[in-house]
Amino acid sequence: MPSKVSALDMPDVPMGQLPEHLQMQRTRVVCKADAPIYTEGIQYSGAYASMGIDTSMGINNFCKNFKVEVVRLTKDEIEFDMIGIDASLANAFRRILIAEVPTIAIEKVFVVNNTSVIADEVLSHRLGLIPLDADPRLFEYLSENDIPNERNTIVYKLDVSCKKGSPRVTVKSDQLKWLPNGSELLMSSHENSAKAKNFTSFSCSQESLPEFSRKPLGVKYDDIILAKLGPGQAIELEAHAVKGIGKVHAKWSPVATTWYRMLPEVVLLKEVKGTDAEKLVKKCPVNVFDIEDLGNGDKKAVVSKPRACTLCRECIRGVNEELVELRRVKDHFIFTIESTGGYPPEELFVEAVKVLEEKCDRVISELS
Amino acid sequence: MEHGSVSDLSSSTFSLMDEDHTLANSVRFTLNQDPRVSFCGYSIPHPSDNKVNIRVQTTGDPASDVLKDGLQSLTVMCQHVRSTFNKSVDDFKATKPHESMKIDTP
Repeated sequence: MPSKVSALDMPDVPMGQLPEHLQMQRTRVVCKADAPIYTEGIQYSGAYASMGIDTSMGINNFCKNFKVEVVRLTKDEIEFDMIGIDASLANAFRRILIAEVPTIAIEKVFVVNNTSVIADEVLSHRLGLIPLDADPRLFEYLSENDIPNERNTIVYKLDVSCKKGSPRVTVKSDQLKWLPNGSELLMSSHENSAKAKNFTSFSCSQESLPEFSRKPLGVKYDDIILAKLGPGQAIELEAHAVKGIGKVHAKWSPVATTWYRMLPEVVLLKEVKGTDAEKLVKKCPVNVFDIEDLGNGDKKAVVSKPRACTLCRECIRGVNEELVELRRVKDHFIFTIESTGGYPPEELFVEAVKVLEEKCDRVISELS
Repeated sequence: MEHGSVSDLSSSTFSLMDEDHTLANSVRFTLNQDPRVSFCGYSIPHPSDNKVNIRVQTTGDPASDVLKDGLQSLTVMCQHVRSTFNKSVDDFKATKPHESMKIDTP
């Protein structure tokens, strides 16, 4: 009688690594016409322990396999591929970029005069959303009991009016003037006393500080419409900008948005030839497929641009599901960051990773 | 804050204030990669509390030590991500001089 042989010890099962179908489940999301399958991430290192396989990555393995490839880098946008990282970390970076990397934004507005049609609070809100051209790393947070000084506050002035009889005036963000010496408004309780106090206490002009002397702390875009003034209307105000994070208010978010998508993988399961090939090429709205001439007048469909796939699933509708398989690679992320101006996009990502490191350090120090 | 038994240190729940999915999910990942961990999960008990509970059960080692190691390996991973990213950006700027010149023009 032959002794029992485990299915896993059969000669066609690869030793020391997962069988192909399990490896597929672990590393790919397969997008079927109705719904995707294998969407769950299998993180637990002992998930396949019964087969004698340890899927734990280990730091050394991670460092060996992790790769970053920059695809596009412009003044305010970066697209890069992050390969060999788990979705939990990619998502942590994305979440931090949106909500926890600090920027500078207008927080307090002192309205002296506003006779325009736009209400004070609406105008203040608009001012808050203006991206400022200031490096947040050079500033400190202004805590509740702190006195605004040159290290934690930037002051801007807006003083615009429209003369009677002249056409309407559009107020744009370039009319916000930076006040490097701090507030020019006097606190009302001190107005008549000899020691008049204003709303900030700058010990020196921000222009005299070496880090700000090269470039004025202006607004990033000078064509943002703030208000429109009719004849005889005027706005006079002072705006104080401070450092904050997007968790508190979205105006402090350093990104317009940031997102990632998993790398699409388009596989032809069978050879697609002739008119079928032409039909398939025509079906795809983003031209993932292409025709290859086989020489003897025969044509074959090939996958030429899988990265362009938007997962519309047009190619697998109806009869094609056995011809084409749409997959996503679970540990390959196409990451895009759109900066709003406070940081260059490539520095934003580095700042986000630093924030996660700080979070770890905080908890480690609390544990010990 | 750690909640666990005095006699059995191998399983504990850690309550972290002012943290959310960002840290908890990442730490859960690194802990699940650790062979000493038999179970790890996290929950946010109420969405309006800034608090996350991380449950760690190990095969014998003290849960707090294992959590600390998990956080440390997360830090190491972050540092590696940072250096790899910086290197790739520098390489990109070096090989694509035209694009990098565009970066400087306002």
